Amino acid sequence: MAELRTKTFWEKLIRIDRRIIYLIIGLTIILPFFFRMGLPIPVTKEVKDIYDYIETLKPNDVVILSADYTPSVSPELNPMFDAILRHCFKNDVKVIAMSLQIQGPGLISPIIQEAANDYNKTNGVDYVFMPWIYGWTLVIMQMMENYQSTFPTDYYGTRTEDLPMLKNIHNFEDYDLAITFTGSSSYFWWLTYAHEPYGVPTAVGVTAVSAADLYPFIQSGQFIGILGGLKGAAEYETLISETRMATIGMEAQNWAHIVIILFIIIGNIGHLAIGRKK
Amino acid sequence: MHISANPWVWLGVFFTLSVLSFLYKDNPFYKLAEHVTVGVSIGYMVVIWWSNSVNPKFIMPVFQEGRLILIIPAILGLMMILRIVPKYSWLSRYAICFTVGAGSGIAIPRSLQAQVLRQLEATMLDLGFTTTNGINNIIIFLGVMAVLIYFFFSKEHKGVFGGIAKVGIWFLMIGFGATFGYTVMARLSLFIGRVLFILQDFLGLTVVG
Repeated sequence: MAELRTKTFWEKLIRIDRRIIYLIIGLTIILPFFFRMGLPIPVTKEVKDIYDYIETLKPNDVVILSADYTPSVSPELNPMFDAILRHCFKNDVKVIAMSLQIQGPGLISPIIQEAANDYNKTNGVDYVFMPWIYGWTLVIMQMMENYQSTFPTDYYGTRTEDLPMLKNIHNFEDYDLAITFTGSSSYFWWLTYAHEPYGVPTAVGVTAVSAADLYPFIQSGQFIGILGGLKGAAEYETLISETRMATIGMEAQNWAHIVIILFIIIGNIGHLAIGRKK
Repeated sequence: MHISANPWVWLGVFFTLSVLSFLYKDNPFYKLAEHVTVGVSIGYMVVIWWSNSVNPKFIMPVFQEGRLILIIPAILGLMMILRIVPKYSWLSRYAICFTVGAGSGIAIPRSLQAQVLRQLEATMLDLGFTTTNGINNIIIFLGVMAVLIYFFFSKEHKGVFGGIAKVGIWFLMIGFGATFGYTVMARLSLFIGRVLFILQDFLGLTVVG
């Protein structure tokens, strides 16, 4: 029969109910929205490189922003799409907004409208917004060869040949930058079917989960830069001097990281202490 | 505080809290949210797929513009669906053969170029101890070699070979650590998104910017 004994302090420490941990993390995330400490958001080189590249573009140059993501990752990717779109609008760069994911256009539609209103931009003149069409990689390949035939109409149903902005946009030679925002490995599609064969400069915004996998492609020079997760978006907001969702969220993110690090340290100390006694 | 009067926002909050309730334990609200998510996603996809793809790319060109050539890929598509009819499922193989053949032909050379050759090229670097770049390049070179040796299983990991393989494990562990850190950040970001939705869109609170 097992001997009943009271748990030691260290045993209690490493067996904290997970729901208590969730509660503490939850509070750590909610409270910073009301009491801002102003933790700094240093800008990394990978993010600055994208910013610098867009700064070098001239008015009327064309940037493709492809929101290749689903609602499950939109809290991370919406802010980065928003930040880069605003940067393009600020510099009078023309934007082609699109998505290779079926749910993508619905996610970015309100972002585009809000940014267009803020910067007085007109649909069809300063930017165009394309609907989802079937084909994924085939869509990229076709738009590199012939833009007009890829998208017969825009998101709002207007024929693409009637959109003034697209009069001089025909194929890959007219794209100055393509940025894909994705929560999957679809960045490979843009790399494989746009950057490598056609030389279109490409950058990527990904969920934090995927960010570590992208660095080899930065080092090889295939991607100009990356925005990784909410932090990448917050860094970009810092660069364009706009405090929006990502910057607000990063305060909570920073505090949550501190608490998680403390939990990891406490758990390890507990294990060490029990291990020594045994 | 100004609570939203929009019923869709209320519905969003209900489903957000239903999903989060799983953190306490599994319950019927979580199950409901899970099933509704799957159902709504599929329904949405079918409608968009029909209106953005089948209708403008097949039905209209064939029946209004008379582009009958499009019937050939449509037949291939129907053959693919026949997979669910046991008696005629063999017909789906022809459509699959075509898709796999064309897909491989397009993808293999380009993927090889983008993901293998260019990555190999990126490990052929200027090595040196006099500049930061040179030192970084040495680390990249050693890391790649050590990890590749770790994944070479035709020789027993013993002696010098085993030592290098162990260095490879260290490089892998550092990579996994970075991925884990990023993963924690990603999951928290998703929760932050939901918290902001409840605080701003639902409760109408002003969060500190």
